[in-house]
Amino acid sequence: MSELTGHMEVNSVEPGAVSPERHPMDALLREERLPHIWCSGCGIGTALTCFISALLKSGLDLDKVVVVSGIGCTGRVAGYVQLDSFHTTHGRAIPFATGLKLANPELKVVVFSGDGDLVTIGGNHFIHAARRNIDMTVICVNNFNYGMTGGQHGATTPVGSITTTTPYGNYEHPFNLPYLAVASGAVYVARWTVLHVRRLERAIGEALAKRGFSFVEVISPCPTNFGRRHKQRTGLDTLKYYHEKGVIRHGADPKSVDIELGGEIVEGKFIDIEKPTFLDCQVTAR
Amino acid sequence: MSEKGLLTGSFFMQGDIACAEGAIVAGCRFFAGYPITPATEIAQRMAERMPQVGGTYIQMEDELASMNAVLGASWAGVKAMTATSGPGFSLMMENLGLGIMTETPCVLVNVQRGGPSTGLPTLVGQGDMMQARWGSHGPYEIIALSPSSPQELFDLTIRAFNLSERFRTPVLVMTDAEVGHMTEKVVIPPLEEVEIVPRRRPRVPPGDGYQPYLPDEDLVPPMAVAGEGYRIHITGLTHDERGYPSTNDDSAQWPLIQRLVNKIRLYKDEIIEVEELYLEDAEVVVVSYGIAARAAMWPLELARREGIRVGMLRLITVWPFAEERIRELAQRVQAFVVPEINWGQIALEVERCAAGRAPVYLVPHPGGDIHKPEQVLAAIRRAVT
Ligand SMILES: Cc1ncc(C[n+]2csc(CCOP(=O)(O)OP(=O)(O)O)c2C)c(N)n1
Ligand code: SF4
Ligand SMILES: [Mg+2]
Repeated sequence: MSELTGHMEVNSVEPGAVSPERHPMDALLREERLPHIWCSGCGIGTALTCFISALLKSGLDLDKVVVVSGIGCTGRVAGYVQLDSFHTTHGRAIPFATGLKLANPELKVVVFSGDGDLVTIGGNHFIHAARRNIDMTVICVNNFNYGMTGGQHGATTPVGSITTTTPYGNYEHPFNLPYLAVASGAVYVARWTVLHVRRLERAIGEALAKRGFSFVEVISPCPTNFGRRHKQRTGLDTLKYYHEKGVIRHGADPKSVDIELGGEIVEGKFIDIEKPTFLDCQVTAR
Repeated sequence: MSEKGLLTGSFFMQGDIACAEGAIVAGCRFFAGYPITPATEIAQRMAERMPQVGGTYIQMEDELASMNAVLGASWAGVKAMTATSGPGFSLMMENLGLGIMTETPCVLVNVQRGGPSTGLPTLVGQGDMMQARWGSHGPYEIIALSPSSPQELFDLTIRAFNLSERFRTPVLVMTDAEVGHMTEKVVIPPLEEVEIVPRRRPRVPPGDGYQPYLPDEDLVPPMAVAGEGYRIHITGLTHDERGYPSTNDDSAQWPLIQRLVNKIRLYKDEIIEVEELYLEDAEVVVVSYGIAARAAMWPLELARREGIRVGMLRLITVWPFAEERIRELAQRVQAFVVPEINWGQIALEVERCAAGRAPVYLVPHPGGDIHKPEQVLAAIRRAVT
């Protein structure tokens, strides 16, 4: 896990669960699968840490929580959580999760995957699940590139970024994910960088508690493939960059939260509304 | 209609509708699809029927999504199906592979139309038979059934669900626009008279060392689903018996692929179903399937009236292939005639099994119609001269 783990505060684990030998999160990690594959300085571990601590505080029945991932470095999350978990194909975590949720509405379905997976190859599923307001929480680790395949550009890569497939600088307009999610129909949308661990954890907790399509964008360092091409050799360099560029603006107009290279990173909760879910509407229609 | 919303009795029914009703009888309670001719009626019927039987219908945004939703539903413990035609079948291939790799029971119906590409949307084809066999990447074994009538489409849809649960694998129903759109008598027996294969469930409680891919003696592992407390991990990566990825060398790939293939291959006698006609005295054998086999019945009768000793082997199960039966026949018959609505797919398999012992005459058709009787008759005549 990243260098940030040490700063985490986990204060609401059930009594007795904490012992000197066991990390408080071990109960939700598949220890036998560790060490994980992530590079040092990668932000995915921090995002996972925030998810697990939010989950431990959520009061949810953990036997009913299901994690679905697609393919990518972030997609490996499904393989490390000690929960029912599915590592599907590239881009298809959301429709798989849709099938799980509709076939068994008792399940709490969480999709945890990368930007390339969820909004580039899987973008169509993302907007349609939001439109239908399928009751699921989608956590997207946005590291602005395809980490797993060696740092190619994708639908969230800022203009001007150097990636292995934009050697002269990216000239495609990227998606603004909160705006996309809100426009598509999501009922909860927040964005945090992995520097803001408490706020990120709280946002994930709120998203988990929400009925309907909730979305948390996690801005995260990929030193190996993205950072080092942008003067951020280590994960810590990127965290410093977040510290410098991050501005918290709750309720900001999602239209205004584009991310540009070198520009401010607007964080916060952008929308939190009530709307009947797919299953609610289906019951009414019958 | 029964209290549970099931139909029983004798109906004048379209093939696609019979398919949907067969699924319902088999216990299907989740359908995800995307409209496409000539399979649309299956989706429409399911949209109407799923709510009546306590199931879920969802029209997804495309066939990639449909296939994945079906896999997800199966992992939630519900029998699930999708139905499509050529273009959608192509889109489903990657995730059919996910279903095979993760050993997910489900049924995929392909009401074949003329191709390639958009081809002949409303007209018949059988051009997806090899795609059914090999369309997803990697080494695997598949089960595919091919009905020749609406009644058989009903029966085989039930069988497809049963095989998918028995072998824990997606099963393909490879029908076509003729059978799907044909209206004929369909008898739906009362539920008590239908054999329904239940899912094989773990025999240990959660926390007692259940391993998702530890197989029983017949190579099929019992299946826990999401939400039961087993805390399973399921991946499309090559995995060990715990379900954990093992991708640094071929050490897990060997046993996994061997098991995925052998759990079907070693039990192919249980799976393969054929219909045989006049094979006792046959010197020429027509090997065909689906609507092409049905269309070959008349030229076969005509040929027999001419004194040609011709018989038929109708493949009801197309994959796994009835290779032993064809090898046997190849020892003693003069030739095979293979009418199919494509440019030679199953004919290649027949040729492989005949292994040069008897020539194989393909009667191709590009799609858009069934063979004319004289085309098949001409091939039979040529085969005996
Ligand atoms: C259909 C398909 N196309 C391409 C790939 C190769 N691939 C694997 S991961 C990936 C990109 C992952 O990027 P992202 O979702 O952003 O995850 P990250 O690694 O950055 O966390 C690609 C293109 C694949 N596995 N499947
Ligand atoms: S390549 Fe990037 S995203 Fe992947 S583990 Fe390494 S740092 Fe993380
Ligand atoms: Mg990424």
